[in-house]
Amino acid sequence: MTNNPGNMSCEQFQAQLADLIGSGEDASRHPHLLTCSRCRALLADLETIAEAARQLLPAELPKDDLWERIESAIQKEETSRQQD
Amino acid sequence: MPRPTSLKRVQGAQSAEPPDARGNLPNHAPVAPTYPQDEALARAQAGDHQAFAQLYALHKRRIYSLCLRMVNNVAEAEDLTQEAFLQLHRKIATFRGDSAFSTWLHRLAVNVVLMHLRKKGLQLTSLDEAMEPTHDEGPGRSFGAPDLSLTGSIDRLALERAVADLPAGYRLIFVLHDIEGYEHNEIATMLECSIGNSKSQLHKARLKLRDALRTTSRREGGK
Ligand SMILES: [Zn+2]
Repeated sequence: MTNNPGNMSCEQFQAQLADLIGSGEDASRHPHLLTCSRCRALLADLETIAEAARQLLPAELPKDDLWERIESAIQKEETSRQQD
Repeated sequence: MPRPTSLKRVQGAQSAEPPDARGNLPNHAPVAPTYPQDEALARAQAGDHQAFAQLYALHKRRIYSLCLRMVNNVAEAEDLTQEAFLQLHRKIATFRGDSAFSTWLHRLAVNVVLMHLRKKGLQLTSLDEAMEPTHDEGPGRSFGAPDLSLTGSIDRLALERAVADLPAGYRLIFVLHDIEGYEHNEIATMLECSIGNSKSQLHKARLKLRDALRTTSRREGGK
């Protein structure tokens, strides 16, 4: 380590943020965040987004007739298999 | 594996779709679950069509939602859901129970979607180049004045909309990792990209979402 991470610019910090988050370490402990509310807010937002995404449930149902389509596709396959 | 191939309708089980009652019965569910899930699976593996219909009813929402989120197009999502269940029907006898069935089916569906996207020409391995022709202003850089941030809660619909608006490559990784819970190493295998690539794409996707969500809340007069 040649430079003090507490003195890095926002740009430097944000440039390594993807790796920092991806490393599995607690990114919120990074020294830059002690002094930088802007980057703290950024990190908090990213965590909020990830958390909200985890809570998205399967929302949509397919149309009712999709099963009929699947069923006839299955039947077609089986008919052709029996003819082989 | 024993395969008594009985394709006859199981009598007593609630009849599946009513082909004769076209248009009636709005919100009619094709099949009401009749067997416990394990039993439905075992029966479907043995060729029981009614049990297979029940598996469809149990899993259609999850699989269709996955497809829809990945491709953001209703017609494509229906086709892909159909293809996923068709493949399920072909392969179900090979399911060994090493993983949970729902996990196995989910992975099968992801592969169906990825195959489709590759055929469509989406370069899953070089998403970066495809997504970022210019480097003038990457998403979500936050060097300026500390402007508004998300206030700790995100409206579900706003998030769904923002995810739908993401460029295809970003959306794919965000859906797989943050919504569906796959790990970067799994995603890297599925997309044939590096783990680092997966991580950086995910980060950029989140930054873009942050931009989109902040714009939304600003437009709606949020703080
Ligand atoms: Zn900063």
